[in-house]
Amino acid sequence: MGRPVGIIEFFRFFMAKEITMPALSPSMTEGVLAKWHKKVGDTIKPGEVIAEVETDKATMDLEAFDKGTLLAIAAPEGAKVAVNGRIAVIGEPGEKVEAVSAPAPTKPTAAAVPVTTTVSSSVPVSAPAPAPVASASGRVKASPLAKKIAAEKGVDLARLAGSGPGGRIVRQDVEGASGGGARSAASLFGGKPIAQDSTKPVSQMRAAIARRLVESKTTAPHFYVEREADAAPLGRLRTSANEALELAKANLRLTVTDFVLKATVEALRRVPSVNSSWEGNAIRQHGAIHLAFAVALPDGLITPVIRNAHAKDLRTIAREAKELGAKAKAGKLQPEEYTGGTFTVSNLGMVGVERFAAILNPPQAAILAVGAAVKKPVLASNGAVIPGERMSLTVSVDHRVVDGLVAGQFLKDLVELLENPGVLLL
Amino acid sequence: MAAYDLAVLGGGPAGYVGAIRAAQLGKKAVVIEKERAGGTCLNWGCIPSKSLLKNAEIYQHILHAEDYGITTGKVSFDFAKVMGRSRAVSDRIAKGVEFLLKAKKVDYVVGEGKLGADRKIKVKTADGKSQTIEATNVLLATGCVPRVLPGLKVDGKKVMTSREALEMKKQPKSMVVLGAGAIGVEFAYFLNSFGTKVTLVEMKARVLPVEDEEISDLLGKTLAKQGVTVLTDAAMESCTVSASGVKVKLSGKNAKTVEAEALLCAVGVQANLENALEPGVKLELDRGYVKTNARYQTSMAGVFAAGDIIGPPWLAHVASFEAIEAVNGIFDPKGQPKKVTVFPGCTYCQPQVASIGLTEAAAKEKKLKFKVGRFPYRASGRAVASGDSEGLVKILIGEPHGEILGAHIIGAEATELIAEVGLGMTLEATADEIAHTIHAHPTLTEMIKEATEAAAGHAIHI
Repeated sequence: MGRPVGIIEFFRFFMAKEITMPALSPSMTEGVLAKWHKKVGDTIKPGEVIAEVETDKATMDLEAFDKGTLLAIAAPEGAKVAVNGRIAVIGEPGEKVEAVSAPAPTKPTAAAVPVTTTVSSSVPVSAPAPAPVASASGRVKASPLAKKIAAEKGVDLARLAGSGPGGRIVRQDVEGASGGGARSAASLFGGKPIAQDSTKPVSQMRAAIARRLVESKTTAPHFYVEREADAAPLGRLRTSANEALELAKANLRLTVTDFVLKATVEALRRVPSVNSSWEGNAIRQHGAIHLAFAVALPDGLITPVIRNAHAKDLRTIAREAKELGAKAKAGKLQPEEYTGGTFTVSNLGMVGVERFAAILNPPQAAILAVGAAVKKPVLASNGAVIPGERMSLTVSVDHRVVDGLVAGQFLKDLVELLENPGVLLL
Repeated sequence: MAAYDLAVLGGGPAGYVGAIRAAQLGKKAVVIEKERAGGTCLNWGCIPSKSLLKNAEIYQHILHAEDYGITTGKVSFDFAKVMGRSRAVSDRIAKGVEFLLKAKKVDYVVGEGKLGADRKIKVKTADGKSQTIEATNVLLATGCVPRVLPGLKVDGKKVMTSREALEMKKQPKSMVVLGAGAIGVEFAYFLNSFGTKVTLVEMKARVLPVEDEEISDLLGKTLAKQGVTVLTDAAMESCTVSASGVKVKLSGKNAKTVEAEALLCAVGVQANLENALEPGVKLELDRGYVKTNARYQTSMAGVFAAGDIIGPPWLAHVASFEAIEAVNGIFDPKGQPKKVTVFPGCTYCQPQVASIGLTEAAAKEKKLKFKVGRFPYRASGRAVASGDSEGLVKILIGEPHGEILGAHIIGAEATELIAEVGLGMTLEATADEIAHTIHAHPTLTEMIKEATEAAAGHAIHI
């Protein structure tokens, strides 16, 4: 039965070093190998950028720790690799490397030692992977049996999520699915399918959004407090300030969001208990305001953080918001630039949304949703109906941390600041 | 803080494999083994018995050398050396496992470990010293011990279990083997091959009762032809032990009294619990085995179990699978460990028996629609060339999709052949994929393809 462990192979392998997927952020469980800067055979120096990795938050450079020659690439561009999973092997030029095609989320020793247990047992190095079905090439992975049953039932395999190894569609996935062939009849606007059926893998960011927001919405008792502010004074002030900045050839333009961010900081200063987090058995009130704000991205959103916003004036906040927003859109935010926020502002006014309620960004206790400044008739103090401009402010609150009266007080202060925005310039 | 992420009680195919898996995941693991790494499988089961069976096979080949045109002189054997080779094989492989544990940085403690209510494991080592091991998680993998029928007292000489039988110094002239499961059948074949007069007693109607009826009927006939007295539908009423041997009274269809020099009790196994738990520690059981949920958790927080101790099938390869799944589940709370569904079962007498999936009777009971494909060894060029023309490959193909429901093989190398079907079933291959796979000629594996085609009605060679 078998042979003793192959000691020679064992040591030979260990001269080569593995490069594994690093954990680049606290929430990262896997990363996508976005781009290789090196190819097999290239020499690598410590600190050199060898590849780019897309995490759930950003695209980051991967630097080498060791020197050597890139002997093999285990994760091609586009491959998803679990944290600690193998990406590449470096070592001496010409050194022989065992097959490294399948990155496994295991410690380096996992696949390194040839399995030579001499009893009738096996050591498969597989990790459960409820991964996407369609591979990068668009091929649908399904078992022969699943394909036959799908053909008979008229089930479109591309619509299914596979529960087999590597996301492969197996019999039970098809049997659990209903037929999906029928389409509705033609209408005034034509009856053709609105798009080609497709399944695309959930991106790192999408997966992180899904995980965090489900957690938030299902565990934090949300309630919503809303007020309208007279947006006219802010509009006038912003217009005149920007005109003045332009005349002064200053490289700065103030947005509505900038004013809302600054007003939020000052309202939090007045009602500091809103700047808190739920910690299970404690409520942490933060001494500093690290103000997060939502930035839309092609596939999701991210909330960069303006650190120590309580110590920054409007101009600094405006400049930092602009820089962080640009970095976010380029996917270049560093982890410290999108973690640790204590309060979040989300503004959908630019696409005409009048009002909405946001989902809390855990562990933060509150999030402010800002609507567009909308022209509408309002009642003047003398009872006359006059043209006005209003903007909605909806704060979603974790009731475990903040009660209604406190949230109301925060909104009252916020409205007061936004309706008298001159003070924000000081 | 606990010193270990995982403490594994028991160093068999569940225990040591689970610990290595934990180490692969970057966890600190320890194995506590009271005897020797490798467990029953390696020390008192699969491995040493395979060694004995190989001796028997070779001896039988030599006795039949004339069939191959080879003339031998007087052939004899040294029973003590036959047994000695078996122990040497176990010794060598146990060292291999210990080396593996060391290489994978798993701590290994030899001593009797008992799990306390506080989830700490008190270990008493052979030199009388004791130590306490603390771990965040515990994997209970103490396996099973042979079950002894009431009324029998194991003395290691006249009355044995498989454990004592593996250490026999002297060949018994005659032997009653109680139980015609894999262990009973293998010992019956081994002893009969070397000339012991064997009576194989089975309570159920067939030898290897879990196997497909057609296959176990064939095996029963073959064993009888080889000289084994096979008594099915027979249960032990009583057994009296005297200086000359044992007298076993049987009831049932084959009610009679059988006398022999020794008796081997191979009627199954039972959970090895009392040696694993401190007095007062109670785990929820299911039919005598530790009850676990879908994540292999026992009723005690932080305590998991895998292998023989959680119930049938008591197979090393199943135990290792369970341990890996359990450990993956412990350290990946989001992952869903898999439970055992399809697994091969093997008996290593000659002809060998191997199977996977449903028997024909079970498929009928489930009211499945299926076809049966058969291919006899005598139609295989490779089998005939080797002089192994006795045997049958039988495969059950579901309708209308052609999925493999089960396969049953009796004959030479059956235990190796079954692997192809196992892979096919895991991948949900259908009859088409097997038929479209070019199998090398001449090999025994062609029979899998031919049997599959026979199910569809178009086998070429029968």
